[in-house]
Amino acid sequence: MMKSKIFWGTVAPLAAILNSLLLVYVILKFRGVDPIEMFKLMASYGFDPRNLVSELNQTVAYYMAGVAAAIGFKMLLFNIGIDGQYRMGAFFGGVVGAAVSLPPILHVLLIILTAMIAGGLWAAIAGYLKVRRGVSEVISNIMLNFIAAAIIAFLLSPSLLGILPEGSQTLQTREIPASGRMPTIKAFDSEIYTFLFISIAVGVAYWVMLNKTVFGFNLRATGLSFRAARASGVNAPRMIFVTTVLSGAIAGLVGIGTLLSDTHSYSMAFPAGYAFTGLSLALLGRNHPVGIFFAAFLWSFLERSAPVLEFEGVPPEIVIVMQGAIVLSIVVAYEVVARINLRQQQRAVGSVAVDSSITKEAN
Amino acid sequence: MGNVLEVVGIEKNYPGVVANRNVSLNVTEGSIHSIIGENGAGKSTLMKILYGLVRPDAGSIKVFGEAIALKSPQDAIKLGIGMVHQHFKLADNATVLENVILGSEPTRFGFVVKYDEARKKLQEIADHYGLEIDPDESLANLGVGERQRVEIAKVLFRGAKILILDEPTAVLVPQEVEELFTNLRELVKKGLTVLFISHKLDEVLSIADDITIMRQGTTVATRKPKDTNKKELAELMVGGELPKPRAGNQKVSDEKVLAINGASYVREDGRQILSGVNLEIHGGEILGLAGVEGNGQSELIELIMGLLTPSSGTVEVLGLNATTSLTRDIRNAGVAYIPQDRQRDGLLMTAPLWENRVLGHQFAEPLASSIWVNKGAAISDSKRVVDEFDVRTPGVNVLASALSGGNQQKFIVGRELSGNPKLIVAAQPTRGVDVGAQAIIWDHLMKARSGGAGVLLVSADLDELFSLSDRIAVIYNGSIVSVLNPAKTTPEALGLAMTGAKSA
Ligand SMILES: Nc1ncnc2c1ncn2[C@@H]1O[C@H](COP(=O)(O)OP(=O)(O)OP(=O)(O)O)[C@@H](O)[C@H]1O
Ligand SMILES: [Mg+2]
Repeated sequence: MMKSKIFWGTVAPLAAILNSLLLVYVILKFRGVDPIEMFKLMASYGFDPRNLVSELNQTVAYYMAGVAAAIGFKMLLFNIGIDGQYRMGAFFGGVVGAAVSLPPILHVLLIILTAMIAGGLWAAIAGYLKVRRGVSEVISNIMLNFIAAAIIAFLLSPSLLGILPEGSQTLQTREIPASGRMPTIKAFDSEIYTFLFISIAVGVAYWVMLNKTVFGFNLRATGLSFRAARASGVNAPRMIFVTTVLSGAIAGLVGIGTLLSDTHSYSMAFPAGYAFTGLSLALLGRNHPVGIFFAAFLWSFLERSAPVLEFEGVPPEIVIVMQGAIVLSIVVAYEVVARINLRQQQRAVGSVAVDSSITKEAN
Repeated sequence: MGNVLEVVGIEKNYPGVVANRNVSLNVTEGSIHSIIGENGAGKSTLMKILYGLVRPDAGSIKVFGEAIALKSPQDAIKLGIGMVHQHFKLADNATVLENVILGSEPTRFGFVVKYDEARKKLQEIADHYGLEIDPDESLANLGVGERQRVEIAKVLFRGAKILILDEPTAVLVPQEVEELFTNLRELVKKGLTVLFISHKLDEVLSIADDITIMRQGTTVATRKPKDTNKKELAELMVGGELPKPRAGNQKVSDEKVLAINGASYVREDGRQILSGVNLEIHGGEILGLAGVEGNGQSELIELIMGLLTPSSGTVEVLGLNATTSLTRDIRNAGVAYIPQDRQRDGLLMTAPLWENRVLGHQFAEPLASSIWVNKGAAISDSKRVVDEFDVRTPGVNVLASALSGGNQQKFIVGRELSGNPKLIVAAQPTRGVDVGAQAIIWDHLMKARSGGAGVLLVSADLDELFSLSDRIAVIYNGSIVSVLNPAKTTPEALGLAMTGAKSA
C-alpha cells in the first residue's frame, strides 16, 4: 500500500520530465544540433561539484518559495504575491540585521524572525482584503508585488535606509555585522549556505503541521470545503486569513539564505520571479515537502546548466521551454496516473470472486 | 407497448466494492418503474451507467431497441435519457433560467443566447406539467424542494423521453410528494417513461407500475405493485426480516438544553426569514420540527449552531449564549449537528472516512488534543461507527465520496451521536437511508433520549416525526404556528398545519 503510493507518486513527475526532454529533443534536432550531445553537456556541467553547490544554494531559495505556495494551495489560495513577500522579508531582515548588535545566534534568529514577520504582514493585506472585502488574492497580490518593489526602492534611497557603496551602482541596505551572519560549509572551492538546514526544518515543520496537528486539519478542511469546515466549528474566514499570513511568512524566507550567507545586505540586485517559480514547484512536487525539494533542485539544475548550451549556439532560453513543458506535462501526467491507478485497483477487485458486494478490509 | 430500455448483465467494480453485477432490467414505455434496495445496493451506480456518467465493465444496454454504448451524458441526452441526481448539481450564483439552459442554450449565430425564447419554452414546460418555478429567481434563494423542480425542468428542457429520478422524494414533504406524483403520472400519460429510486415502500407501491429490487449490486426480482406488499419488498431487499425500533423509556429532565426566545432573523436582502421564534427543549425529550422546506428551518438551525446571528431575540444552548459563542464552543459543550445537506455541510468529500470522523470533533478529546489529531483513535472509532451503523464501505481509508448517499448519511449520524451529546440537532437524519438503516438511526436517537439528551428533529418525513417526537412544533413562514401532541393529532392535521392553513 505504502510502497505503491510512493511509486505512483514518483511516476507522474518522472513521466512529465521525460516528456519535456522529448520536446526539447525535437526542438534541438530542428536547430540542427545533436540533442544527446547537448544533454550530456548539460549534465556534465550541472553535476560538476562546484556548480552543484551553487545549485544547492539556489534550491534553498526556490524551496522556500515552493513551500510557501504549497501552503496556499492547500487552502485553494493562489499566492502569486510571493515575490512581494520575499522582498519585504529580505529587505527588512537586512535593515533590522544591520541596525542591531546582538550575540551571534540571537542576531541571526532576530533577522529570520523579522523576515517572516515582514513577509507575513505583507501577505496579511491580501488576506484581509480577501476575507473582509471579497477581493481575489490573485488581483491584490499582483498589485502588492508592484507596491512592495516601489516601497523598497523608495526606502533604499541613500537619504533613508539605503547606501550606495563606492564603485557600485546598486543601492543596498547597510551590511549586517558578523554576528548576524550564518556560516557556510566549504566544499569544492565553494560555500554551501547553512540556511539549507533551516529550510529543511521548515519543510518538515510544514509537513507535521499539515498532517498531524489540529491546526493543519482545520486548514485542509477549510480548503476542501469551506461550509463543512464552518459547520464543524472551524472559524473558516479566520483560517483563510491565517493561512495567507503563514504562506507570506515562509515566502519572507526566500531571500534569507543569500542575505545571511552571501551578500549580507539587501540590494536591488535581488532577483524577481519567485512567485511563478514557487507555484510551479508546488505543483510539480504535489505540495509535498520532499517532492517540492526535488522540484526546486531540478529547477536550479536546469537554470545553472542551460547557459552552457550557448557555446553551441543554442539560446539558454531553452531552459524556460523545458520548465514550461514540465509544468504542463505534470498536470496531464497526474491525471493519467490517477486513472491508471484507479483502473488497476478496480481490476484487482473484479478478479477476486466476491459473493457479497462488500469486501471488508482484510487488515 | 415495447421496452424502451433493456439492460443485460451490467457489471461495475470500484476499488474494494462490486457496485453492480449481473444486473438486468426491462422498462416498458410509458411506465413508472421503481428501483428499490438497501443503501449501497448499487441503484445510483446503475442509473449513472444508464445516463453515461459511469462506464460499465461489462454488459449491454438497449434503448428503444437499439444497442448503445454511452460515452457521456451528452450521448444519453441525445437518446432522450435525462437524470435528476440524488445530490443536485445546480449553480448557486445563477438564476433558475440560467441553470435550466446551462449547457443546452438555444443560441442565435451559435453564441448569442436567446433568453426570451428559452424563457418562453421553460414557461411552457412548467405550465404543461404544473411545475411551479420562477425563471428569474436566483438559485441561492431556493430550498431543496424547489431546487428539485428546477432539476426536473432542466431535464425536460433537453427533451428527455426517459426520466431518471434518484431519490426524488427524499427531500419532499407529503404534499409535495403528491404533487410530484401527479406530475409524474402526467408525464407518463404523455408517453414519457420514468425510472425512479426510493426508499419509501408506501410511495413505491402507490406510484410504480413495476418495481425492481436490487440487493448487493444485483437485480433480484421485479414485481407489480398489485402482486406484492411492503413486507415482501423489504425482505427481498435485505434478504431477511427488518429490525424494529424499540421505544425507550422516557425521563424528561428539568434541564433546558435549548431555549430560544423571540428569535428573529432578517436576511441581508431585507427578507424576514424568522420572526419571534420561541422554542424550548428539555433533556430527555425529542422535539419534532415540521415544516415545508424553506420556511426558516435551515436558518433556525444555524442560529442554534452559532453559524448565524439573530437580528433580535436570544438563543441559549446548554447554558451558552449561542449568539456570542463560537460554533466550536457550542459543539464542545455537547451539541451534535446532523446537517441537512450532508455533502456540503457534513463531509469533506475528498478526504478519507477517518478524517471525516474527526470533523466536528477536532477540538476535544478523544480524537484530538489541543495540538495533535489522534489518528489512531480516529481510525478505530471510525471502524466502530461503520460497524454500529452498518455503513457499507470497504474500509475507513476510502474517500467519503466513494460511499453511496445513504451510507454517507449513516456515517454522519454515527459520528455525531458519538461522545454522548446533550443536545442533538438532527436535520433530516434518515434522508436517503434504507428502511433497515432508518430503524438503526431511530433506535440510536431514542437511546440518546433515554440517556437524557434533548433532540431537535427537523424532518419532512411525517412518519419519522410521529414515530419519534414527544412534541411537534410546526414552522411556517418563519414562525412557529403551533405545537402539537403527536398522540392527539393526525398526519392530515399536521400536513395541513405545515401548509399554513389555520386549524379549525
Ligand atoms: N465513485 C465511487 N468510488 C468507489 N466506490 C463507489 C463509488 N460510487 C459508488 N461506490 C460504491 O458502490 C456501491 C453502490 O453505490 P450506489 O451509490 O450505487 O448505491 P445506492 O444503491 O445508490 O445506495 P443509496 O441508497 O445509499 O444511495 C457502494 O458500496 C459504494 O460505496
Ligand atoms: Mg444512491
